[in-house]
Amino acid sequence: MTTIVTDNCKGCRFTDCVTVCPVACFHYDDDMLYIDPDTCIDCSACIPECPVQAIFEGDDIPEDKEHWIEINAERAAELPVCEEQMDPLPGAEERKAELGF
Amino acid sequence: MSRPGTEDNPLLVAIVGSGPSGFYAAEALLKSDINVKVDILERLPSPYGLVRTGVAPDHQKLKQAIKLYEKIASEDGFNLIANVNVGVDVTIEQLKASHHAIIITCGAETDRKLNIPGEDLPGSYTATEFVGWYNGHPDYRDREFDLSGDTAVIIGQGNVAADVARILSKTVDELKNTDIAQHALDVLAESRIREIHVIGRRGPAQAKFTPKELREFGELADCAPVVATEDLHLNAESERELEEKTNIGNKKVYDLFSEFAHSPVDDDKSRRCLFRFLMGPVELVGDGHLEKIILEKNSLSGEPFRQSARGTGETLEIEAGILFRSIGYRGVPIVGVPFHDDWGTIPNEAGRVTEDGKVVPQLYTAGWIKRGPSGIIGTNRACSVETVGCLLDDLDKLDSTESKGGAEQLYAILADKQVRPVSYQDWQKIDAAEIANGEKIDKPREKFTRRSEMLELLD
Repeated sequence: MTTIVTDNCKGCRFTDCVTVCPVACFHYDDDMLYIDPDTCIDCSACIPECPVQAIFEGDDIPEDKEHWIEINAERAAELPVCEEQMDPLPGAEERKAELGF
Repeated sequence: MSRPGTEDNPLLVAIVGSGPSGFYAAEALLKSDINVKVDILERLPSPYGLVRTGVAPDHQKLKQAIKLYEKIASEDGFNLIANVNVGVDVTIEQLKASHHAIIITCGAETDRKLNIPGEDLPGSYTATEFVGWYNGHPDYRDREFDLSGDTAVIIGQGNVAADVARILSKTVDELKNTDIAQHALDVLAESRIREIHVIGRRGPAQAKFTPKELREFGELADCAPVVATEDLHLNAESERELEEKTNIGNKKVYDLFSEFAHSPVDDDKSRRCLFRFLMGPVELVGDGHLEKIILEKNSLSGEPFRQSARGTGETLEIEAGILFRSIGYRGVPIVGVPFHDDWGTIPNEAGRVTEDGKVVPQLYTAGWIKRGPSGIIGTNRACSVETVGCLLDDLDKLDSTESKGGAEQLYAILADKQVRPVSYQDWQKIDAAEIANGEKIDKPREKFTRRSEMLELLD
């Protein structure tokens, strides 16, 4: 099982997920968040928190998003941990509306 | 005295309960920029609350949350005082005297009742007892569950109900390499239960399982999930609920039920787990022991997302010798702490304990005892962070004229009462012994299930 953040997070980075992560496994860059697969315990607490449904787990990962498994592992390894909720990126609300949420 | 939180006058906080909420509260305090000392009190000799004794043994990955708690425990300012029953060995008044603030994070330790005739018949149990028993909780070590009948009934459709159903559905081979308590594995090995009914008072669109927990029922070695196709029929309100984009979790759960209903039942499997909807028990019947459950069929009424179940008067029966109820949890009151009896929680505003609407100085709360039994492990992190935020905003009010002795003051009280406190270093010894005992039999650990076994290791 793997839990991953996918492209809907790009340009939003609401970080609601971070507040409920029991093991602080989210990492961040200027665009979005990534999950460290070695720390994540697949509890799925973050999935319903995401306002743009960017997070998927295991069997639920759509085929066209499977490449995000590798991206999450690679990016998480080189980025700082996001321990607390941050302000969403500028334009996040507009992007959320664009995505239909 | 001065406002606590300085080098000379560190903020002394006692946390009651060492489950996730307690550890997340400790984490938030130790991360703050003030000088703080945290003492976590725990009733058992072992820490980690429901992560150790609630999370199912076949969900080992979830239990890895403990790695983070170990990291928190290694920080300066952290101290564990386990094997101490607050309200009995130490009173809340004594904690108020020894510490500037107290955070109650003792969880929801008991089950809600069905309040129907026959509920106390032998054979009718709470999910809490069964979960505690297979997880090696010392309080439930000596419970006996008669699994000699062929049918078991579980009332409730949340993740605890799913855990109980799954443990009953699994073969010994599927469980033997987990940290399930050996006494439970031995009894489960002799289980003759072949039919497990998991009963919800509302419909398949309102079940509280997470998709992940439900999906596991399609992957069992010797048990097939069963859903009747006619049960998939939804009223207009439920259809609207599932169409709502944000309700994706319930939609996935419904789709899984649909998948179960439409796949042929695998005849090679000897057990069945039946998910049944829109019914609730009205009476448990038996002569000295549970024999059958009388249920009333329900219908839904109300707006989408606010639909409630009402009895239709039509009844049906299931013959079963064992029943587990898992319809919600309540906290247990602590002497000296206000308690909301209807809700089973401590009344509070964002974590500040209140009584008759007024904030009670020094007392705070977090986790299930604060907000009720909802959410999973991580949900408690945000909850504890909120409470600690309030506590840190109150530093001026926590200033006291008397000097506070912190842990040392408590150790003196415990010595008088001949209570042997278990420190984190003590726990590490117990932990290492459990892991070593597990290694011999290909388990991640074999838990000690009696307090005395744990304490004997220490002196």
